[in-house]
Amino acid sequence: MIMDLSGKTAIVTGASRGIGRATALSLARSGAFVVINYSSSKAAAEEVKREIEGMGGSALVVGADVSDYGQCEKLIMSAIDHFKRIDILVNNAGITRDNLLARMKAEEWQSVIDTNLNGVYNCCRAVLRPLLKQKSGGRIINIASVAGIHGNSGQANYAAAKGGVIAFSKSLAKELGSRNITVNAVAPGFIETEMTAVLSDDVKDRVLSHIALGRLGRPEEVAEVVLFLAASANYVTGQVISVDGNLSM
Amino acid sequence: MSVENKVKDIIADQLEVAVDKLSRETTFEDIDADSLDIVELVMALEEEFDLEISDQEIENINTVGDVIKYIESKV
Repeated sequence: MIMDLSGKTAIVTGASRGIGRATALSLARSGAFVVINYSSSKAAAEEVKREIEGMGGSALVVGADVSDYGQCEKLIMSAIDHFKRIDILVNNAGITRDNLLARMKAEEWQSVIDTNLNGVYNCCRAVLRPLLKQKSGGRIINIASVAGIHGNSGQANYAAAKGGVIAFSKSLAKELGSRNITVNAVAPGFIETEMTAVLSDDVKDRVLSHIALGRLGRPEEVAEVVLFLAASANYVTGQVISVDGNLSM
Repeated sequence: MSVENKVKDIIADQLEVAVDKLSRETTFEDIDADSLDIVELVMALEEEFDLEISDQEIENINTVGDVIKYIESKV
């Protein structure tokens, strides 16, 4: 299988840490120019850039809060200004504000929807015009979650957003198929990131008993699947690929 | 170049049809344009003529002549 992305430009949102960081590195390793987006961790984003440049790649760091449409437009424009084209968009930026619904504040609901769901709309909407104009196809990969498929107690907001991302991806795949733009979702299970580091040992033990592979996943293992969708997988669109070690919740 | 010729050029380019196949009476159905083709065409027109075309206005566009008339009324 050829995973050659030389000459292509990829934008990865939320790329300073976790799955986004691993994805940025993996796309760069395959030759893509990578735009590393962050919203608050500038230093970590710069570190990812250094790492990419260290292996001979090219990267650009752009700060933008994906919940703001104007900032997403600027993010896309910076990418095109710098690398002259855009081929791949990985919508990865996401936050959690876990709480049981009985205790969930409107702000906790809204902020997760704003970043995790509206952020995907914002970036996809902003990238479409340049992508269609290029007339050379494209790849959109949205990072969803197993919570968006099975639901998860304490994550009604997160699960709603991620479920929305899945349905959004399937719809957009139908809209853009005729232009050779594929749209897929990747649904990670429990991955060793800062997002899951906050879980108690009790919760982790309980989770592990439900994972066939008996361990949490690594960010790189999600990034591999994103790379496959970005660089190969020509005939795959509108799909949700779970990367969860066979989690049964 | 007249608005008419400019519009025809953009339509021909966007929808990949020969410009001499386009008359004012040509409908977008005649040239097999789907809904996304129309959206792409509108994007190109907005850029070329520096204007914004609303969804409502798009619905009233059925023929090449409709586009020419619309653009002429705006520039």
